[in-house]
Amino acid sequence: MGVEQKAGNLGVVTVGLEEAVNWARINAMWPMLFGLACCAIEMMSAQAAHFDMSRFGMELMRASPRQSELMIVAGRVSRKMAPVLRRLYDQMPDPKWVISMGDCASCSGVFNNYALLQGVDEVVPVDVYVAGCPPRPEALIHGVITLYNKVKNEKLGTWV
Amino acid sequence: MSEEHLKNTLKMLRDRFGLHESELMKYPPTFMATADKIVEISRTLRDEFGYNLLCELTAVDYYPEDMPRFHTVYGYYNIAENSRMAIRVPVNGENPSLPTLSEVYPGANWLERELWDMFGIKFEGHPDMRRILMPYDWEGHPLRKDYPLGYEEPQFTFNFDEIDKRKHHGRYEEA
Amino acid sequence: MADPIELDYPELKHLVSERALKGETVLLNMGPQHPSTHGVLRLLLELDGETIVNCVPDIGFLHTGIEKNMEAKRWELAEVMTDRTDYLNNTGNNLGYCQAIEKLADLDVPPRAQAVRVILVELERISNHLVWLGTQALDLAAQSMFLYCFREREYILDIKELCSGQRMMTTYFRPGGLWRDIPADFEIAVRRFLRMFPSRIKQYEALLTKNPIWLERTRKIGKISAEQAIALSLTGPVLRGSGVAYDVRKAQPYSGYEQYDFIVPTGTNGDVYDRYLVRMEEMRQSLRIIQQALDKLPYGPFRSNNRKYVPPPRAELGTSMEAVIHHFKLWTEGFNIPKGAVYSPVESPKGELGYYLESDGSNHPYRIHMRAPSFLAIQALPVLAKGHLVADLVAIIGSIDIVLGDCDR
Repeated sequence: MGVEQKAGNLGVVTVGLEEAVNWARINAMWPMLFGLACCAIEMMSAQAAHFDMSRFGMELMRASPRQSELMIVAGRVSRKMAPVLRRLYDQMPDPKWVISMGDCASCSGVFNNYALLQGVDEVVPVDVYVAGCPPRPEALIHGVITLYNKVKNEKLGTWV
Repeated sequence: MSEEHLKNTLKMLRDRFGLHESELMKYPPTFMATADKIVEISRTLRDEFGYNLLCELTAVDYYPEDMPRFHTVYGYYNIAENSRMAIRVPVNGENPSLPTLSEVYPGANWLERELWDMFGIKFEGHPDMRRILMPYDWEGHPLRKDYPLGYEEPQFTFNFDEIDKRKHHGRYEEA
Repeated sequence: MADPIELDYPELKHLVSERALKGETVLLNMGPQHPSTHGVLRLLLELDGETIVNCVPDIGFLHTGIEKNMEAKRWELAEVMTDRTDYLNNTGNNLGYCQAIEKLADLDVPPRAQAVRVILVELERISNHLVWLGTQALDLAAQSMFLYCFREREYILDIKELCSGQRMMTTYFRPGGLWRDIPADFEIAVRRFLRMFPSRIKQYEALLTKNPIWLERTRKIGKISAEQAIALSLTGPVLRGSGVAYDVRKAQPYSGYEQYDFIVPTGTNGDVYDRYLVRMEEMRQSLRIIQQALDKLPYGPFRSNNRKYVPPPRAELGTSMEAVIHHFKLWTEGFNIPKGAVYSPVESPKGELGYYLESDGSNHPYRIHMRAPSFLAIQALPVLAKGHLVADLVAIIGSIDIVLGDCDR
């Protein structure tokens, strides 16, 4: 006889701990504003009314790293900006995820030269890469949903 | 109106300063000048002939040649008379330096800083000569022709590990 | 009084005033990641309470080495990078680059291509002003303007996607004309936009122009006189807000602009409010130009016939040997441009965008320099911001309409 049969009409539902915590993390993941270049404009378009990202829980974008969980690196990261990026990543509290949006953040895109980081995974660990130059807002939303699916499958042992 | 004014200006430059035209620039009409006269020429153009907008200040590197190695291009525009012209100044390869134009045109301040950063051309009398686009401790002047492009090789199987080491966060196992 | 502070980098002492070193004024870093700086711009503010004594901009956080990278690519392949400098004005950048090549190579552009170029560039101007309006209003706490402006912008992006397949980085203009002819529903889509948009501009003006909060926050802020603006090499709406009617489209018409009838709006005071009015009127004038260009759109080829620079159409490859030879040369080596240098200005929504292009006769650029209007606008920021409050600085940065991709290249 489990708890559910005994509880009856008390309005109690039992669920696994991982499912509950992952459900809470997914449905209100607030990204940090890290729009650097052209992809930032598509990120703003994705946030605006036509392709609404707040349907998926990203109601607003927090400018402060201390209050956000997701860092969407949108745009090209130059060598001057790389220490700033790492510092902001370190200032975010756990749990945190990183989406690398666009070709320049994933692999430096069109620009293969001295001034850019060849992919943002030189400095921060990335969870989802979204391709495109710039990716359509629908592609960004697809990337966000992929991240949600990844978070849904996280297990107790990997939590920090 | 603008043709007349432009002709007068070009005539003045030929007579008063003894400059000759440059064959390289197709548009706008361009003259070659020397480094010591450029401030005086700019002042004359601005005060007497009304070329009050400095459009362009850039440089070109002709690397294997050393004397001159750089050509600095100054572009001027006269808003009232709608006429445009330019002046090219050759600069040598070792210790390249030019007098600053920031007293005549305050807008030239950052443009000259950019030339110092990208080419290594020093401007004497500039109030604030430091790097503007590259990080402050960068070595080298990127837009010179002997500075490498610095591109990353595509990752094939033979250099897979070498490039993978640089992307130390990009591995699948790390959560 | 506070203790005197030690600076980590004594060679930068000349940037701050004496009062900062004594500890009287506060040095505040408005960092590269900030919601109101419209990009990665770092400002070092010297504050006396809330008033700005001095403001030192630090740029270079988006420096991409575009100029050097374009030297390593061929002429037609390097055009891809011009889209990404000023990323809110993609077609305008393409136009500047293609015009510079056409001037150097003496390439003709058929009138149909010129008219379509004008239509797309003016649509881009409206799109840029919409993003400017949305973000400036967002910074000054009128949040719904952001949603409205981005909703309108979707129509323009749909039109660009119709032509070229891409929403933003189209690379639709090529040397000699366009990449391919406009589709059949281009005209329908543009006319629908022209019917819909004037009422939207009226809505925005009804929201903002006579709004007491907007007037309070933008009047008498960031004033610059015409002489100061010219001395600092400013162009575009910032210069026009101070009363100087300089517009490259009127002064040195290119791509058929002399056939179209439009006025260049100017302001009187040179403050943030005047620049706002100038840009709103520019949106209306752009609609006028698009209407005229669409009505007069001529039939004809969409790209030049000069086979040294323009690839032959696919159908010809089956029958003509010269076509195959030209196709082969253009796809393997690319075209060569005769030796020379040119400075070719266009009017971008932010100011005069000039392309200095030099060729040494080979198939790749020898030197390319983009004279960026945002670079010079940020240089003028200390002059504009002196004596204002920090909250006004946000309004000023919005009004000079900077894009860091254009500034840092």
